[in-house]
Amino acid sequence: MSEINLDDLVKPGASEVHRDVFLCQDVFAQEMKTVFRNTWVYVGHDSQAPNKGDFTTTAIGTQPVIMVRHTDNTIQVLLNRCPHKGVQLVNDPSGSTGRFFRCPYHAWSFKTDGSPLGIPFKKGYEDTGFDTSCAKKGMCKVANVKNYRGFIFARLSEEGESFEDFFSGSLSSIDNMIDRSPEGRLEIVGPPLRYLHHCNWKMLVDNQTDTCHPMIAHESSAGTVTKIWNAVANEDTPKPMVVELVLPFMSSYETFEKMGIRTWDHGHGHTGVSWSIHSEYSDVEGYFSAMIEAYGKERAEEIIAETRHNTCYFPNMMVKGAIQTLRLFKPIAADKTIVESWIFKLVGAPDTFLKRTAMYNRIINAPTSIVGHDDLEMYERAQEGLKTDANPWVNMQRHYREDELGGERVHPGTSEVQMRNHYVSWAKYMGQINEKGAGS
Amino acid sequence: MSVSENDIIDFIYAEAALLDEHKFGDWLELFTDDGVYWMPLEFGQTEEHLTTSLMYEDKLLLTVRVERLSGERTFSQRPKSRCHHILQRPQILEMGEIIKTKTAFHYTETRLDEQFFLVGWAEHVLRQTDTGLKIVRKQVNLINPESAHRNIQLFV
Ligand SMILES: [Fe+2]
Repeated sequence: MSEINLDDLVKPGASEVHRDVFLCQDVFAQEMKTVFRNTWVYVGHDSQAPNKGDFTTTAIGTQPVIMVRHTDNTIQVLLNRCPHKGVQLVNDPSGSTGRFFRCPYHAWSFKTDGSPLGIPFKKGYEDTGFDTSCAKKGMCKVANVKNYRGFIFARLSEEGESFEDFFSGSLSSIDNMIDRSPEGRLEIVGPPLRYLHHCNWKMLVDNQTDTCHPMIAHESSAGTVTKIWNAVANEDTPKPMVVELVLPFMSSYETFEKMGIRTWDHGHGHTGVSWSIHSEYSDVEGYFSAMIEAYGKERAEEIIAETRHNTCYFPNMMVKGAIQTLRLFKPIAADKTIVESWIFKLVGAPDTFLKRTAMYNRIINAPTSIVGHDDLEMYERAQEGLKTDANPWVNMQRHYREDELGGERVHPGTSEVQMRNHYVSWAKYMGQINEKGAGS
Repeated sequence: MSVSENDIIDFIYAEAALLDEHKFGDWLELFTDDGVYWMPLEFGQTEEHLTTSLMYEDKLLLTVRVERLSGERTFSQRPKSRCHHILQRPQILEMGEIIKTKTAFHYTETRLDEQFFLVGWAEHVLRQTDTGLKIVRKQVNLINPESAHRNIQLFV
């Protein structure tokens, strides 16, 4: 692989980013060894593995992993390969393995923390040097796993920032989503929507805080809803749930400008500081009283009033606390990304919330979603358009100021500051080549 | 006015033909005002509202879709997609006040250089009205609803 010079890829402050960041497969390979090894990547939610032996399969970058509940009730993250020949030990999206994993090829078995349990006809390994092999140690295990209020994150590299240092104040968005449950508990509901994009994963991340595109790119979808609704309704007509969800997409630049963007160190940030497209959903009967009972009036009001829009967690996850969805932008190749969109139930809240969340997910995030069609078209045209040699730069200068980042900051709502925040962090982690880690 | 089994079978074939001929406005007219188009996300899914589906569209949303397809700023339809249905002869499951059918299909959608196939069964619930047979519900059960799909822009 040719040497990658990060100064050639990301201009100071990430005001402009070189197209190779999106197009180049060597850059992608380095991301997998750096960005996705040295940061805390979202793996899953512990409600996906409620009982001992329950597992789900996913990936950290391109590394296949199993998230499993061990016999001591902790959540473990294990690399999904048999230490013998490399066969994936399980390949269902989720299931239960009982007390151990058993390789389907040669029946080597492992406890649910990855430690070796048995090898059939083992005497064949006597006097072979097997004792010092990698295979002998069992399944490779991700050493750094954090269960943060049910959200499981893992860091492949052994060295790096602590979970708390890495996320700092950004955890407040996850907190708000959980606190919206009167019982302080979330549960994943159903499988995720899975949507294949022929574009770089970071284009999707950038889009999450791009507040200058909804009224343009989504004129065809949200604009059509608005047009049809206005033709049949007046101001007093009660809006059906779907209309309530979609109309705010057509808000003006000024509205998005005012709502603000907040950034934190290490590439995290969110849109919708003072208002968001999720702020004006109808009240649901019985919810506020349950919240008051759980938290007291003042705290309950505070939780409900916090209606952040999209919170991006570096590198590849986004949550919407106010509508209880989570999206994971899974990198497959420089020009290939699978987006998974998950929903949560607010345990103890009326079913109307889950109905609204499920509706939002299918209307906005599905491969059958007209809003999704609008967005995918833009990403894929960009992936093609960037082949233009005449201008190799992606511009991210909107509201750019030197020294705009550092600690927790609030910026104008149409700023591209969170995209810049992402690439400043991206360049930093890309420079940290670290071959060691993850049970090696 | 009673309908025969053949009338129903003709109706199901004609519905698919309207889609393949891009007569989306006429297709929309086939639905009752409370009609629903449902495409579940899980194989065998029975829950309609409290879990994610690929589509669960009432007439308002279907109207939005149809209108969007011909919109001037619908960039994902420049150029336009095309679709094609191959149906197995519909099975009639129930003949009465309401009519239920099940139809195996092969569906192809294409745009630019891309072409993909979806396969499964469409379950129709029909009602006889003053203006003829109407769709109360069309449920599209794919054999691979959970797969990582590309854009599905037209109607299976
Ligand atoms: Fe968008």
